[in-house]
Amino acid sequence: MKDAASKDVVGKATAGNDTASNATASNDTAGNDLVRIVSLRKSFGNQEILKGIDLAVKETEAVVIIGASGSGKSTLLRCINRLEEPTGGKIYLDDVEITRKGVNINKVRREIGMVFQSINLYPHMTAVGNVALALRRVLGMKRKEALERAEYYLDQVGLSDKRKQYPGQLSGGQQQRVGIARAVAMEPKVVLFDEPTSALDPELVGEVLGVMRQLKESGMTMIVVTHEMQFARDVADHVVFVHGGQILESGSPADLFGNPKEPRLKEFIRRVHT
Amino acid sequence: MEQILNYYFNLEVIARYLPDLLKGLLITVEMAVLIILLGVPLGLLLAVVRTYRIRPLNWLIVFLVDFFRAIPLLVIVVLTYFALPYAGIVMSSFTATVVALTLVLAAFAEEIFWAGITAIDKGQWEAARSTGLNRTQAIFVVILPQAIQIAIPPLTNRTIAITKGTSLGSVIAVQEILSVATSAQSLAANPSPLTMGAILYLILFFPFVRFTRWLERRYGSWRSV
Repeated sequence: MKDAASKDVVGKATAGNDTASNATASNDTAGNDLVRIVSLRKSFGNQEILKGIDLAVKETEAVVIIGASGSGKSTLLRCINRLEEPTGGKIYLDDVEITRKGVNINKVRREIGMVFQSINLYPHMTAVGNVALALRRVLGMKRKEALERAEYYLDQVGLSDKRKQYPGQLSGGQQQRVGIARAVAMEPKVVLFDEPTSALDPELVGEVLGVMRQLKESGMTMIVVTHEMQFARDVADHVVFVHGGQILESGSPADLFGNPKEPRLKEFIRRVHT
Repeated sequence: MEQILNYYFNLEVIARYLPDLLKGLLITVEMAVLIILLGVPLGLLLAVVRTYRIRPLNWLIVFLVDFFRAIPLLVIVVLTYFALPYAGIVMSSFTATVVALTLVLAAFAEEIFWAGITAIDKGQWEAARSTGLNRTQAIFVVILPQAIQIAIPPLTNRTIAITKGTSLGSVIAVQEILSVATSAQSLAANPSPLTMGAILYLILFFPFVRFTRWLERRYGSWRSV
């Protein structure tokens, strides 16, 4: 698994925390932004959920999006791999516009992993089968090669002994770790986490957050929607507060949690009492 | 008692007509196998086509499916044999029965597979698509295996019901079990051939029904979901 190992090294080499104020860098091309979102809008019917979002994420950064339910944070995340089609604005991955008509979205999605609140493992496949599926079908790897890589990533999330188990035989936390392995095994440029621990029993949240911390340390670029404020404090390079389809405030976790300026953010932080 | 046996289970009469009845059994088996092998895959194909949500095509599929589900089996068999020749399509009574029942089975199978497909959580599509699988791959690798599992119990029931409809072929003189048994009954002035016919149906369909039970158990659930 040379490629997997070398990726970790590459990730670490470019890690940096000196970009605290650029999270919402809007139209000014920051050059090395891995993901850049410009005036993103999304409506369902005549209800506008996203009202012009600007967000930039650099390689190896972890950006955590917080906000009340219904604020549009999940929709924002789902627009990035176009599970939701934006109604306006642009999204760039590595300076390539992925919202343009005629883009091969299946190719783009190889580069963007996603972990779901509802986990969505394939119930008819074993853990290793879940991870290996896209390796074979999308990346065109040989069966043996795909299984080897799948087992490597299951090992990374601490589940190599569960590789032959079906999702129904795993705990929620184990299932979500398989879900993370499935996303990461594609060796994407960025992984999106859509409330990955919200559906889990409280005692199972820790193991999933642990895997996510470890992933961040390995240099993976991550965009995380979560209600786990401690995780945001500890792991995020940037925290973004979304309210009513707009980014109201963003900055380092220390700034946002220690010295919030927006009254609605203050209110939000008070309510989640951390 | 002896009279009853003599009347309904006259061994001499049965022995006389058994070769004809066995030929009838063979024809019934041939029709049943053809109907299943053609009807179920055709239904699956239609359900898959429907997932692409091509408007006019879907309207057509839904209309045809509803048409064949609404009309009694016997009417479709008779129409296929007697009416289609006016449209220039002439078929043997055997072919007409197979075609009619295949279309009906396909219509029901499409609806059953479609119900299975729509029962699959949207998250399964999203997970598959998010890893870069295209629509067709998502359907065949992720959605269908789960949808077919859901479809098996209603599908086996429907398949049994419609393959038993091969007996309707007797109306247009297909020499299947019922047809042979009925004419033997008239010739011998004794209903024993009908009794034998019923036994042959049992011999044919009972293992089939048992097989579908096994199928449901075997594929009834993924490991302890």
